[in-house]
Amino acid sequence: MKKVNLEINGKKISKEISDHTLLSVFLRDILNLTGTHIGCDTSQCGACVVHVDGKSIKSCTAFAADLDGSKITTIEGLSQNGKMHPMQEAFKKLHGLQCGFCTPGMVMSAIDLLKNNKKPSDTEIREWLEGNICRCTGYQNIVAAVKEAASKM
Amino acid sequence: MASLVGSRVERKEDKRFLTGKGRYTADININNQTYAYFVRSPHARAKITKIDISKALKASGVVDVLTGEHIAKDKIGGLIAGWAIRSEDGSEMKCPPNPPLAKDNVNFVGDPIAVVFAESLEEAKAASELVNIDYKILKAVVNLSEAMKDDTIHKDIDKNLCYDWLLGDRQKVKEAFDKADKIIKLDITNNRLIPNAMEPRACVVDYNSASEEITCYTTSQNPHLSRLIMSAFGGVAPEHKLRVVAPDVGGGFGSKINLYNEEIVCSWASKKIERPIKWVAERTESFLTDTHGRDHITHAELAVTNDGKFLGFKNETIANLGAYARVFGTVTPTYLFGPCATGVYVMPAAYSNVKAVYTNTAPVDAYRGAGRPEATYTIERIVDKAAIELGMDPIEIRMKNFPTEFPFKQTLVHQIDSGDYVAGLKKAKEMADYDGFSARKKDSESKGKLRGIGVTTYFEACGIAPSPVVMMLGCGVGLWESAEVRFNPTGQVTVYTGSHSHGQSHQTTFAQIAADELGVPIENIDIVHGDTDKGTFGMGTYGSRSLTVGGIAIVNACKKIVDKGKRVAAKMLEASPDDVDFKNGEFVVANSNKKKTIGEVAFACYLPGVRDEVKSPLPEGEEPGLKESAFFDPANFSFPAGSHIAEVEIDPETGEVKLDRYTAVDDFGTIVNPTIVEGQVHGGLAQGIGQALTENAEYDETGQLITASYMDYTMPRADNLPEFNLGFTCTKATTNPLGVKGCGEAGSIGAPPTVMNAIINALDGQEIQMPATAEKVWRACKNLKKTKNKAA
Repeated sequence: MKKVNLEINGKKISKEISDHTLLSVFLRDILNLTGTHIGCDTSQCGACVVHVDGKSIKSCTAFAADLDGSKITTIEGLSQNGKMHPMQEAFKKLHGLQCGFCTPGMVMSAIDLLKNNKKPSDTEIREWLEGNICRCTGYQNIVAAVKEAASKM
Repeated sequence: MASLVGSRVERKEDKRFLTGKGRYTADININNQTYAYFVRSPHARAKITKIDISKALKASGVVDVLTGEHIAKDKIGGLIAGWAIRSEDGSEMKCPPNPPLAKDNVNFVGDPIAVVFAESLEEAKAASELVNIDYKILKAVVNLSEAMKDDTIHKDIDKNLCYDWLLGDRQKVKEAFDKADKIIKLDITNNRLIPNAMEPRACVVDYNSASEEITCYTTSQNPHLSRLIMSAFGGVAPEHKLRVVAPDVGGGFGSKINLYNEEIVCSWASKKIERPIKWVAERTESFLTDTHGRDHITHAELAVTNDGKFLGFKNETIANLGAYARVFGTVTPTYLFGPCATGVYVMPAAYSNVKAVYTNTAPVDAYRGAGRPEATYTIERIVDKAAIELGMDPIEIRMKNFPTEFPFKQTLVHQIDSGDYVAGLKKAKEMADYDGFSARKKDSESKGKLRGIGVTTYFEACGIAPSPVVMMLGCGVGLWESAEVRFNPTGQVTVYTGSHSHGQSHQTTFAQIAADELGVPIENIDIVHGDTDKGTFGMGTYGSRSLTVGGIAIVNACKKIVDKGKRVAAKMLEASPDDVDFKNGEFVVANSNKKKTIGEVAFACYLPGVRDEVKSPLPEGEEPGLKESAFFDPANFSFPAGSHIAEVEIDPETGEVKLDRYTAVDDFGTIVNPTIVEGQVHGGLAQGIGQALTENAEYDETGQLITASYMDYTMPRADNLPEFNLGFTCTKATTNPLGVKGCGEAGSIGAPPTVMNAIINALDGQEIQMPATAEKVWRACKNLKKTKNKAA
């Protein structure tokens, strides 16, 4: 067991957790932040992507106990003053989601792309999102939504 | 008020999904819950000689361990096949028992044998290792083409044959073939797929010992049907003591139609151990135990004249059922396949013969398209082969054989009410710049690449209903749909539907329909689904049936609301109901300015009397309140159709296929929300392209699934797909008041033959089987070089 201090979605928390609790499990089962989803056991699907210190990571690849002092943002932490993030707005406007299961990871990953590349091309968006599997949309409207968000951010 | 049907309304469901507020089954936790972990067979076929749970029972945190022995003692029933299919000789199909926990024999890797309940998932998992099972390993039947000659898997099922089914007339086909100038022959496999909804299956069950009610939250496409099966066949609890809730469900694609072992076991066990239970599948468990799709071997023949007229068609198919027959397992390769195998063409004679066999693999059932992708792949591949052998253009040969008058009596079963296949193909040809292909091919060749173009025209029978027809064909239930429309006293509307949305957007499209029917703003309409305690009953969502069956039930219930509203408004306005018109949410007396809004009428229905300023006496004999329901059973299936054209570029040095262009022109009749329909087409295309290029479920000779993770089973990712070019034509369905046809499966039906026809075109007609992996294509390119060198 280890005590960790983290800032999650702007709130400071302090928890005693076991050394081998994955960040994804920690967020879902201990903090009840169930917007972060688990779609596979092999770090392949990307449904669990969150931001750790501003960078997107698959939260199933990190132990929560190793992240002492980090700032973590999950899908629940994107809205500001009740207003959705431009990426969330763009996904809604352009129908970038259907069943919604891959969506949190997809949105978190796409936001990180725009931090590094303000005006990505279609190809750059598709290559960046290669680590996030969506079974519903065929990706077309996701790509369109990321471009839309880029034009608004 | 402008009509909402036809407009791009943004989805009402999105905000919760985008802000992490969706509520999927795995997000649900119940106080004092235990965690279930299933012990599964590591062998494809074995006899269980001993199960010892004593060590596991003593392990840390273990609440209980249950086996097939316990479930048999409590007389809990197993899983069932939903459709009874007869063989050509009239004999009944043969289905083995499928107990929720295997007691004596296991028949595929992943077949559940025991379950451990513990205080934590880690403890349940650790204790599962202590369940000691002795097996006598038997030779697994894995190879589909050899399965009928192999060992018998199930007692009394000779040749592992469930049925040997025939649709059509062998004699007529023989006569047609005798007259033909040419017989085109084709041998194809339709590769086995795993649906892979992104949300793994899960269930959370709570038993209340006081009310004796079991509540099962589960990842289902049809909670009402699951409750029916669990109660009537499983004997878990009477229906009124069993509540099944399918909350937000993260995709289904057919894999969540079935009621599964885990739902029965956890529901039964929660009563037994008097604790809530949570079970969530790991992805590998999903790969092993979700129902798989497709898996056919087909020999097809097409009889043609020298000028490209079709005279007759036949196919002999072996379909893999896997280890057990499940809900749609037996109908998918028969009535959902055979009738569509003659395609969109006038085909004077045809038959389809299907042998469905058991193997020691996961059960095979409906997967997006279910039977119709297999049918379309068969006919569209052989039509292309005919074009090649006759030296005709693939568009020309198709145009030549289209029906031009509707209704069109299709060869084997269906009476197609409406369509215009010529218009669809013309539009696709134009949008795809078909005529510019040869220039693009030259350009590719100048870069050392090969380029091919592929065409498909399809129709499909979806909107699965009507009850009299499906029951005649063997379905165990009627496939109607229900709706209930409740007007609140203050004017908002709640609509209950028996269908279920797991990505299809019912909350939006059904609200658009109700808004138009009732003249109520869409913000004031809520759609409720997925809970057997809310709403009447429903057969669920699959086979592109939600809108064409469930949506129409909503229309009809709304019409009853308007009818009652007219009677009430007439009384309020002192007019005859016959003189009251309803338009844009207002009841208006003809030739007058007297009117009441539907909100005022609804309010009046809840205040049936006169007092002070309230003046709303109901007509004599009229009940108070404003709530109506409807069950809709359509007169026929719906028959969407389309024309798809793809272009591929192949690097002959690596065999890599780049899908460069994809055009789809579909006819779905009236479109309720174009944005959502486009999304459905995109998703279907991605799955169909996945089948053609990358996806393949593969078992080794011992029956181990060797593609049981996302590293081995290759689903399309964003960088594997092009931007799709979509178009629509519209011939309205005549069998429902909205004129709608199903759209959910079209992409997965049209894409596989379109892509494969393009690849084979690039390979100068060389046949290859799906998926067209780089290795297969590279080998074909090598052959091509050899042939070319020889010719030189």
